[in-house]
Amino acid sequence: MTSSKTNDRILLAVFSVLVLAGPIILAPFGAGYPDLLQKFAIYGIFAIGFNILFGLTGYLSFGHAAFLGVGSYAAVWMFKLLSMNVIPAIVFAVIVGGLFSLLIGYISLRRSGIYFSILTLAFAQMSYNLAYSVLTPITNGETGLQVTLDDPRILDGGAAGQPFSNLFGLNMIETTEVSILGMAVQFNAGFYVCAAILIGCFYISLRLFRSPFGMMLKAVKSNQNRMSYTGLNTRPYTLAAFVISGMFAGLAGGLLAAMDPLAGAERMQWTASGEVVLMTILGGAGTLLGPVLGAGLIKYFENIFSAINEGVLMDFWSFLPETLQHAVVSVSSLFVGEGWHLTLGLIFMVIVTFLPGGLIEGASRLGRLVTNRGKGENGAARPAPAPAE
Amino acid sequence: MGTPILQVQNVNKRFGGLKALDDVNLTVMENTVHAIIGPNGAGKSTLLNTFVGRLIPDTGTVTFDGQSLIGRKPHEINQLGVSRVFQTPEIFEDLTVAENVMIPAFAKRDGAFRLHGWESMSREAEIRDRALACLEDVNMADRRAMLAKNLSRGDKRRLEMAMCLVQEPKLLLLDEPTAGMSRADTNNTIDLLKQIVAAKSITLAVIEHDMHVVFSLADRISVLAQGHVIVEDAPQHIKGNPKVQEAYLGGAHL
Repeated sequence: MTSSKTNDRILLAVFSVLVLAGPIILAPFGAGYPDLLQKFAIYGIFAIGFNILFGLTGYLSFGHAAFLGVGSYAAVWMFKLLSMNVIPAIVFAVIVGGLFSLLIGYISLRRSGIYFSILTLAFAQMSYNLAYSVLTPITNGETGLQVTLDDPRILDGGAAGQPFSNLFGLNMIETTEVSILGMAVQFNAGFYVCAAILIGCFYISLRLFRSPFGMMLKAVKSNQNRMSYTGLNTRPYTLAAFVISGMFAGLAGGLLAAMDPLAGAERMQWTASGEVVLMTILGGAGTLLGPVLGAGLIKYFENIFSAINEGVLMDFWSFLPETLQHAVVSVSSLFVGEGWHLTLGLIFMVIVTFLPGGLIEGASRLGRLVTNRGKGENGAARPAPAPAE
Repeated sequence: MGTPILQVQNVNKRFGGLKALDDVNLTVMENTVHAIIGPNGAGKSTLLNTFVGRLIPDTGTVTFDGQSLIGRKPHEINQLGVSRVFQTPEIFEDLTVAENVMIPAFAKRDGAFRLHGWESMSREAEIRDRALACLEDVNMADRRAMLAKNLSRGDKRRLEMAMCLVQEPKLLLLDEPTAGMSRADTNNTIDLLKQIVAAKSITLAVIEHDMHVVFSLADRISVLAQGHVIVEDAPQHIKGNPKVQEAYLGGAHL
């Protein structure tokens, strides 16, 4: 018990350091700019929350983007009515995400398996269509909900000029550029707000995984029949997991709006719901770190791979003879730019086929391989690597 | 033996045209071992299912410890003090052996639902100790860190038994606890059940095909045939009973 507690503390510490050093670590990969860093952190939170439902209980929700969307709308409304401070916006987004997931979860959890997935998908599409058309007074339909100069903002309405989301005066778009080892590293206030919350969320999920409640959720996934003959009512357990993950999604949606105060209906579309499923499975469902890794990978592809064009490819393959270069460029250009989905799809297929446990399983296999080889060479057992959960 | 703990009165259950239970009456006395035997298709498992909330009888009453079980959900019935061992072990395959036993212990302590996301180390250690003590009772303490799915079939059964015993049920229902076991394993199971009965104040209701098991354990036997209880008596009177021989052997006398 004590050793696993220590391992958890180390895991949390390493995670925190990696997240906080994100701008430095990711700068060489061209991913060190604030907008993308914020997305890494926010979608990391989204995926951590999704994993509490899917990873632990095995209930596959295809409608989590709905909670992300309502979180964004809730946050923007707080900006419009109350203040441009992000705290009330984020808190309200979590509450609304929780209430909305309570409603949808209560109905959807009457079924399990594929029927549950379809129900959540139907609710999410319904929410999307409502936000797009019927609820225009609340959501501003197609245009999306934005903050404007003549919003009431009863707490800081007097402040003149363009409204910026802030944390007690610290502007979310505030960025300090520092040169480290010749790289321009951007430290952005908004990213650090997201990063702090991401670390908090990771800690909550770590505690939840290790708690008796987490054990019960794993039991739901394993054998619901035995659970009810053991005197446990499965429904409230699944509903609690659903609401917790809905609150995480609401929080992520709120943060998206806090970084960039606008909310559109497309955030609720089924593709967005599918994306978080991909993130979780790609990284490793039911593992602690996997969902964050998966979220990072997908957002990286979406933003970096999609930006590669033929010019970049020409440079990349420039060492080849010219005719060959053109041929290779025309083939590889299918996989970048607009075609980044193709690359993502291929990676997804490879991982699901060969590493059903996701990237985390890959990492731990690699770890074992290295340890075993180390044993063979030195003839002495090395300490096993901490489970890379 | 004094008070009845489980009373089944005039229970009927139809599946379409098949009359699975035909006016069944049965009384299980507290702190006894009551065996329910009968040929295949006699309605033994159907009867057991009406005790745990899996099936609701068409008519009739099932009373446990003074409370009606009809219409209660399985988890509610378990919380009243009824645990069940299944014919094919129902365990949490993806969890460790220790966790498998801790979950019922939590259920016993905290009820049907509790959002215990934060549990103090000492409180959790209490549950863990109780679980390990129960695993000790079934000689499985050395396997506590294994995943339950990697256990042998016999060990899965013993684990399921430990999962039920950790809850200290008033009534333990066993559905063919020795099916598919070797003679040695069967004898171990008989010894284990005898120990349990001797050590704890517990009532067992056992469905069993193996007459060796039935006659070594039971204080009382009910014979079910075609959904009807044809005889209920002490073991020594069952063996020679012509009705029982007829039910089992179709009238051909030995």
